[in-house]
Amino acid sequence: MSNEPIKRVSIIVSKGSLDGVYPGLIMGNGALMEGIEVMMFFTFFGLDAITKGPMDNIKVATVGNPAMRMPGGIPMPSMLGMIPGMSAFASSMMMKEMDKLDIPPVGEFLEMIHDGGGEVYACKAAMDMFHLEKKDLWEDVDDILTVGTFYEKSAGAQIIFT
Amino acid sequence: MSEKQFAGVNVTVDDEGFMIDYTQWNEDIARGLAKEIGIEELNDKHFMVLNFMRKEFKEKGTGPSLRKLKNESGVNTKELYGLFPKGPAKKAALIAGITKPVGCI
Repeated sequence: MSNEPIKRVSIIVSKGSLDGVYPGLIMGNGALMEGIEVMMFFTFFGLDAITKGPMDNIKVATVGNPAMRMPGGIPMPSMLGMIPGMSAFASSMMMKEMDKLDIPPVGEFLEMIHDGGGEVYACKAAMDMFHLEKKDLWEDVDDILTVGTFYEKSAGAQIIFT
Repeated sequence: MSEKQFAGVNVTVDDEGFMIDYTQWNEDIARGLAKEIGIEELNDKHFMVLNFMRKEFKEKGTGPSLRKLKNESGVNTKELYGLFPKGPAKKAALIAGITKPVGCI
């Protein structure tokens, strides 16, 4: 094993929940800030993060999420998580905490990554599956890629799946 | 830690080249620090960013995040990456004579 510095990363975002989308964005932006080239590839429900509308409404799952806690650290019973509005409430609480750490909303975060030279791509298979077109996507998405092109463009990159 | 001389002043820097005492800083030292990391000249925009970073550091004890930098310094993300290639927050902090940024953003 050599300790060569990482030059390029290719980050796949495959989930559309708040905790599915943000790790990829934070890793991507963080890489750019270290001088590492970045490409972001959004697939499956991860497409929500670059789809107009849903991208401004990313939520954390309060059901089926055993790590979900209420203020004070008590685990949240799944029954409570089912109450309508609970997911929106928990998400807005988390966004507030994240804002304190200067973690921006999804749109602003994507803009930082793109302006920093990061490339943003959508997965063709997932686009077809969800009947989405280019016009449905955030305007600065660079392209829609097949898996083959994704691998071509990832040449020399470390691939990170989230 | 090691001693370096910029513009006739001895400056103490840590292992990564960040100044230990930000009060020693002046614009000539900044030019010296910039050259060390491959930035040959500093223009007004550079100094706009550097002065904002120093103000933040003085008030809060830590350098600003990249988000704060692009929202409040008057220089946008694209320009920041142009002025301080491959690492705006970290490089600007180094040249501004403040400690390495601790945040992730």
